[in-house]
Amino acid sequence: MTTPISPPPRKNPQKRTRVPVEPPDTRSRAALGLSVAAARGRFMLQVCTECSAILYPPRDACSSCLSVDLEWQVVSNRGRLVAETVIRTSTHIYFRERTPWRVGTVQLDCGPSMICHVHGDCESQGNVRMINRLDKSGHGVLFALPEKEIPAMEDDPQLRELTCSPKFRRILITDARSESGQALARAFSRADAALVFAGEAERWRHWPERDSLKEIDNVELVPLDVSDTQSVEELCGEIGGKVDILVNNARFVRPGGVMDGGDLVFAQQEMEVNCLGLMRLAQAFGPVMRGRGADGVNSATAWVNILSIYAYCNLPQFGVYSASSAAAHSLSQCLRSEMRTGGVRVMNVYTSPTEDEWHQPLPPPKVTASKLASAVVEGLQDGLEEVYVGDLAKDLIDRWSAEPKLLEQEMTRQGGGRE
Amino acid sequence: MTVTNSQDNHALTSLASAMANGEVATVDLTHTLDPDFPVIILPPEFGQCARFRMEEISAYDHRGPAWKWHNFSCCEHTGTHFDAPIHWISGRDLPNNSVDEIPVERFIGPACVIDCSEGAARDDDFELTPEVIEAWEADYGRIPPDCWVLMRTDWSKRSGAAYLNMRDDGPHSPGPSPEGIRLLVEQRDIRGFGVETVGTDAGQGQHYTPPFPAHYTLHGNNKYGLQCLNNLDLLPPVGAVVIATPLKIKNGTGSPLRVLALVPRSHTV
Repeated sequence: MTTPISPPPRKNPQKRTRVPVEPPDTRSRAALGLSVAAARGRFMLQVCTECSAILYPPRDACSSCLSVDLEWQVVSNRGRLVAETVIRTSTHIYFRERTPWRVGTVQLDCGPSMICHVHGDCESQGNVRMINRLDKSGHGVLFALPEKEIPAMEDDPQLRELTCSPKFRRILITDARSESGQALARAFSRADAALVFAGEAERWRHWPERDSLKEIDNVELVPLDVSDTQSVEELCGEIGGKVDILVNNARFVRPGGVMDGGDLVFAQQEMEVNCLGLMRLAQAFGPVMRGRGADGVNSATAWVNILSIYAYCNLPQFGVYSASSAAAHSLSQCLRSEMRTGGVRVMNVYTSPTEDEWHQPLPPPKVTASKLASAVVEGLQDGLEEVYVGDLAKDLIDRWSAEPKLLEQEMTRQGGGRE
Repeated sequence: MTVTNSQDNHALTSLASAMANGEVATVDLTHTLDPDFPVIILPPEFGQCARFRMEEISAYDHRGPAWKWHNFSCCEHTGTHFDAPIHWISGRDLPNNSVDEIPVERFIGPACVIDCSEGAARDDDFELTPEVIEAWEADYGRIPPDCWVLMRTDWSKRSGAAYLNMRDDGPHSPGPSPEGIRLLVEQRDIRGFGVETVGTDAGQGQHYTPPFPAHYTLHGNNKYGLQCLNNLDLLPPVGAVVIATPLKIKNGTGSPLRVLALVPRSHTV
C-alpha cells in the first residue's frame, strides 16, 4: 500500500528552493492528441475509421491498412501489467531527481500494448486501469492504476506528479464574498488543504456570511481586490510564497448586450475584474508560483480560472460578460504557456449559468456554488486542464467542438439556444 | 494687469503674514484618496460609483527611466468630493450648475460648523432638525447668508464597515431632516452643506419626503454639497474659511478635491 504523505515540515531557510525542470517535451503532432485528451482526463486512442484498428502509439497512418483517416475515440482503459521494472537512475534531469520510478508494459484489453508509468500498488501481472494525464510539461502520459481503489493511492509520488491534489497544500481563493468563494473554502477545507486564504474585497462593505466563513477550519481571510493592482501586489508580498493553488473565482456579471441593455461602465468593470483581474494576479503571483513548481510536497501546482462557458460562444443576453470571459479564456492560454516552465498547471473551469442573483431569470438547470466547488477540487485531484460544469456547459462544448459556426447560429437566435 | 499699491494689498499681505506666523492655521478637511476608502453603495442593478484606482505607468524603470507616474481613475463622487447642482435632477436645468461653470469665487467662503457629534454618537440616524439649528444659532448667532454649513458628526473617525454602517435595510448615518435642510436653504440662503458621511443625506435619506432631501433641496436651489469631509472637529463653530475647488471637468457633476480650512489660531482645538 502507498505510504500516505505527511504534512511537510517547515522549509529549511538555508536550502535553496529546487528549480523546476520539465519532463521530456518533444511530441509529434499526432502524439499531441494524447495531450488534448489528457487535458480533459479522457483515455482516448486513435481508431482507424477504415478497419477499426485501435492504434498506439499515435501515428499518421493506420499500421494495419495504411488509412490516414484516424479518429481519437474514448476506448476501454482496462488491461494487464505484463512487465514492469523500477528505474533507479536516469540521464534525464527530471527523472534523475525523482527516482526510483516505476515503469512497465500494459497489454490493453482493446488491443494495443503500451509502455507506461506504473502506480506503486499495481501488482505484477495484475489487472490495471489506465489513465491518460498531463505531466509537468503539459503533455499526456499514460499511467497504470491498480484495478480497485486502495486507501491513500492518490499519495503515490508518481501519481502526485500528475495531479494537483490540494492535500496539504495552501490555497488562495480570490473572492471570499461570493457564494462560490464560500463553497470553495469549505470544499478545500474538506479536501485536507493545509490553509485556505480567502480574499476579501472592500472590508468596509458589510457581508453577513463573513462570520461563518471565519469559522471554517484553516480558513484565513486576507484583503484582496482583483480590480486593485496595489491590493494584489500587497497580498502577494505577504503570502505569495505560500500559495500552492490559486483559484480565481472573482467575477463581475451584468446582463446586457452591445446595444441592447449594454452599459459601458458595467462593461469596463467586467473587463477590469474578469480579464484584467486575471492579469493582475498573474503579474504578482505567477512568477513566484512558477518558481515553486518543484518545491516538495506542497509545491505550487495549479492556477484555476473559473470562466463562463460563454467564453466559447457569445450569449447575447450576457453579451459583454461573454466577451470578458472570452478575453479571460484567451489570456489563460497565454498564462498556460508562461506557467509551463514551472510545471504549474492552468486549469480552466467553464461553468454553465450559476444559481445566483444575476442568472436568476434564466431557466434551470443552473450550477450551484457547491457543485462548482466540487468540480474545482475534483478537477485538481484528477489533474485536469479543462473542466466543464453543468449539463449546459458539457453540451455547449460538444456542439462547439463539432461546428463553432453552427453553435453561433443557435446561440445568437432568440432565446440563446436554450429553448 | 495693474500693479496694486501696498495700501490696496493690505488684506492679502496681512493674511499671508498671519498664515506665516501661525495666527491663521490651515486645516486639511480631506481624506486620502485610497482604493479602500468607502463609496456610496446603491442597489446592484443601478450604476455604481467607481472606487479610486491607480496603475503605475513607470517607476524609474524600462517604462520610463528617470520618472515615476500613475494613471488613476475614480468617480466624480469618490473620496472627499464636491457635489454640483447638476448632480441632482432638481438642479439639472439651473444656470452654471456644473463644476466647470460655477463662478470661482463660490469656492472660497466662510463656514458655520454645527457640532452634532454627541447626538450622532447616541443615534446613528441622528437628524439635523430646525430645532438643532436654532439651538446652535442661540449660541453663535444667526447663520449668515452665502456661507457653508458643515455638519460635524465625528463620522470621519469611523473606519471599515462602521463608516457606511450598512444593515439589511440600508445604511444608517446622520443627516439633515427635510425641514432642517429647507430651513438652511430657504431661510438662511446658505452656499452649501458639508458632511463627514458619504452623502449629504442621511443613510436612510431615501425614506424621507422628498427622498434624499439634502440633494433635492440643495441642488434644486443651486447650492453645493461637500461629502466625506475630515477633521471637522478642528474647526471653530464660526470663523473658519473653507477653500473647496473642484477640478474643472467639462459638465462635471462633482469632483474629488482637496478641501482646506483657514482657521484663526485662537480657535484651533
